[in-house]
Amino acid sequence: MNNPPTTEPVEHETEHYAPHSHDVSKHVRGYLLVGGTLLVCTALTVFLSYMDFGSQKANVAVAMVLATFKAGLVAYIFMHLSAEKKLIYRVLIFTGIFVLGLFWLTYLAWYDPVIH
Amino acid sequence: MEIPYTVTARPDTGLWNAKIGIWLFLASEVMLFGGLFSAYIFLRLDAEPGFWPHGLLNVPVGTMNTAILIASSVTVVLAWAALKMRQFNKYKIYMGITILCGVIFLVVKLAYEWPQKYEHFGAFIKTDKLEKYEKYLGNKHLLAEGLPPRVEITGHLHNPAALKDPNIKEYEIGLDQIYTDPTNKAMDRPHFLFVPPTDKVAMIEKADVERGTMFLPTHSTYFASYFTITGLHGLHVLGGVIVFTYLWLPAGSKLYRQNPEHLANRVEVAGLFWHFVDLVWIFVFPLFYLL
Repeated sequence: MNNPPTTEPVEHETEHYAPHSHDVSKHVRGYLLVGGTLLVCTALTVFLSYMDFGSQKANVAVAMVLATFKAGLVAYIFMHLSAEKKLIYRVLIFTGIFVLGLFWLTYLAWYDPVIH
Repeated sequence: MEIPYTVTARPDTGLWNAKIGIWLFLASEVMLFGGLFSAYIFLRLDAEPGFWPHGLLNVPVGTMNTAILIASSVTVVLAWAALKMRQFNKYKIYMGITILCGVIFLVVKLAYEWPQKYEHFGAFIKTDKLEKYEKYLGNKHLLAEGLPPRVEITGHLHNPAALKDPNIKEYEIGLDQIYTDPTNKAMDRPHFLFVPPTDKVAMIEKADVERGTMFLPTHSTYFASYFTITGLHGLHVLGGVIVFTYLWLPAGSKLYRQNPEHLANRVEVAGLFWHFVDLVWIFVFPLFYLL
């Protein structure tokens, strides 16, 4: 069994995770605003899906741009990625690389020059 | 043994342990759903024109469920903020609403949306027999409009015995509205509101049918992906609801009395998972319901 490091926690780090209630209360309005934006974007996604943008591909692109914006808001604000520690970003950069690699494999399989 | 670094940061990572733990878990979740989404893209890109169903799901109900999930993401972050401000009663209320939203989402999915699909029938017509059913399919009209052809007739199956009994030679289908007036331009694109099958009945010879099945994973790669992805997503919602309920019950109050910051961190970690589940749904909803 690995024992946790015996080093005492650093004091200023502790403070970071126990913000004054005043700080959090300032964010509450922002959370409500983001929630409202997400709902509006959902309505917009539904509305735009019934518009004809010339091709099915264009409609998919419009919906995916909106979905990516919504997902970004959730990640950035609700999941607090706007201000997170370096280690988390490092984990996410690797995840991004691997998931892009996965989609790239799918693309390769679909674009198989032997079949097409 | 007491778990270390639940509220204070571990010096080498700069994070309390559960935070790094949940992010590593979410990274693996990205790969899990990424695999399923790439399968979806692959199947969809390779589908022949007309073979990727469009407009078979109930959009108003899907939109409502999306709104419920977004609302629950807001309330869970408010629950966390309430704990940070040491307002335990507010926390209980927000967390209660979050749990309720999760339960409503699941009930709508399992008790309404999915069963509605099990009762719907679709018959893919053999390519050389499409002409015979032109009055229902309206493919000449679609061709003139530059739209993909219809290769399937859907509706309510009046004689479900036909699925298993080889002596029954025809499917008796209460047609979906689109097949009652296929050359109407208004039918070219799916409608927002869900319309139940009409009274107009069509008899489809089983010999003319390539594949006749209820809207189950056996129906098409579309429904196979739909049930797989929404099923896995639903399991995640269920997992979130269970964890939230645990944190909401007396176990939460007890921890709050001992160490409120520890409870706040637990709620934050569970909330991160919940936001991820919301994030997945943000992509699932347009891909399956709208496009």
